[in-house]
Amino acid sequence: MTYTVEAQGITRSFGDHLALDRVDLAIEGGSVLALLGPNGAGKTTMVRILSTLTRPDAGTATVAGHDLLADPLGVKRQISLTGQFAAVDDVLTGRENLDLMARLRRLPRRAARARTAELLDTFDLLDAADRRAATYSGGMRRRLDLAISMIERPRLLFLDEPTTGLDPRSREGLWDIVVRLVEDGVTVLLTTQYLEEADRLADSIAVLNGGRIVARGTAEELKARVGGAVMRLRFADLDPLREAASLFDAPRVDERLRTLEVPTDGSAEDVQRTLARLLAADVASPEVSIERPSLDDVFLHLTGHGHVDLGEVA
Amino acid sequence: MSPIHAISDSRAMAGRCLRRSLRDPEAFFTALTLPIVLLLLFVYVFGGALADTGTGYANYVVPGLIVLCAGFGAGTTAVAVATDMSNGIVDRIRSMPVFGSSLLVGHVVASLARNIVATTLVIGAGLATGWRPSASVPDWIAAAAVVLLFITAISWLAAAVGLLARSAEAATAFTMVLMFVPYVSTAFVPADTMPAPLATFARHQPFTPIIETMRGLWMGSTSTGTPIGHEAIVAVAYCLAILVGSALAATRLFRARA
Repeated sequence: MTYTVEAQGITRSFGDHLALDRVDLAIEGGSVLALLGPNGAGKTTMVRILSTLTRPDAGTATVAGHDLLADPLGVKRQISLTGQFAAVDDVLTGRENLDLMARLRRLPRRAARARTAELLDTFDLLDAADRRAATYSGGMRRRLDLAISMIERPRLLFLDEPTTGLDPRSREGLWDIVVRLVEDGVTVLLTTQYLEEADRLADSIAVLNGGRIVARGTAEELKARVGGAVMRLRFADLDPLREAASLFDAPRVDERLRTLEVPTDGSAEDVQRTLARLLAADVASPEVSIERPSLDDVFLHLTGHGHVDLGEVA
Repeated sequence: MSPIHAISDSRAMAGRCLRRSLRDPEAFFTALTLPIVLLLLFVYVFGGALADTGTGYANYVVPGLIVLCAGFGAGTTAVAVATDMSNGIVDRIRSMPVFGSSLLVGHVVASLARNIVATTLVIGAGLATGWRPSASVPDWIAAAAVVLLFITAISWLAAAVGLLARSAEAATAFTMVLMFVPYVSTAFVPADTMPAPLATFARHQPFTPIIETMRGLWMGSTSTGTPIGHEAIVAVAYCLAILVGSALAATRLFRARA
């Protein structure tokens, strides 16, 4: 198995604050790893270190075949960084932004122009190509930012909170673009505080909390750690809720929300059995839903931070 | 990194910075009108009271205004660098296999271009309001070289200040300093008309030898009575010291800003 990133023991502090504490990270070539964590968990510091912007206090890493500390220039040639704030020049037009970066990537003038035109088309920016970036919407800026990152296809693309502050439609659009880039064989290190984003894009997830990796695995593996699906029954009043609760072994009851959760395997038979018991006891007909554990539950379970911005995503 | 790459990267960045200057209509307008307005103000409003030479105040004030406008231009550059540093663009460029200081070189080149325009305007407006330099062609060339050296030095100084200032607002303070320090030099009045402590400061601060070198080259004599050769040596030494010190500091600051 070849790894595009192999980092061991990455440690970095800023003053007294230990931002990263002996973090190990490996990203398989062609895959997407999401670094998931709340604000201040150390996600951006990790990206800055692996993209040569910040030196670690301790630890070693090989990025795209080059030693991070011994050969940063070799690393720079293989990576593209799309930072937390879209790195576009507001005063230049979209085309000029791309052209400038193509020249800094040392494409010959004609090749630069051709590549710029191609990227404007791919990232759906042709209509706005000759407008100043200052007039772009948040989604357009991110697309331009990504287009700049793709002037020369990098082996490793860093996406540091790529959809923070975007509206849901732009977020969907950006996800589609990332999926296409991955299909093209680009390895991606994604940081996000949106669980849905990690769930959607990542092959594997590393949960970072307080500078340490507290869990890693696929979204499914992480979800399995907090248990299986439940059937959630919502009642109008407390009386029927209590009555219904007495019908089951160890149900999870939330009197404030007036909900009752019963474990289920999600099959029709199992659901039917549960509903039959309720009907037999003549409990006022509840509102029913099947809930699978979300990454949100995983997050709560692992870090004690609940509902990290999930509300904003929905 | 090969020098060819360093040059091509710097050219690309200079193009960007020049474009940015041309597209900032307010700053562009100020930069163009300031030299002319200041010259008219000094020659026609203050000049009557200040000139005691009989040859017209324009003959005295042109070098001082060149320095003052360069100070204003340097402030613009410091703000531009500080603005860039607070933006994601710097991180992107630093994460690319690009000659790192090309961003700074780009700003300095744009600063030079803006200052050359401003200086030309001061000279043109000066000639139109009665400035009559007695300089020969070699004197003019030498004066141009001094101006170029000075604005290069002050542009690098501005880049270093822009990197030190963590915000555009902080960088603006630098403009204020550069706009006022020249007043306590021989820019507008000879040093011996000032109270003793100010006169001492005026005689020894860096702006004075730079102004006096230009004045000597253009008008044939300095206002301090010091020989032009001596003023020139001090001026060049100051400029080179500022240039080398600022360029080293700026490069190092840029690399250290992690």
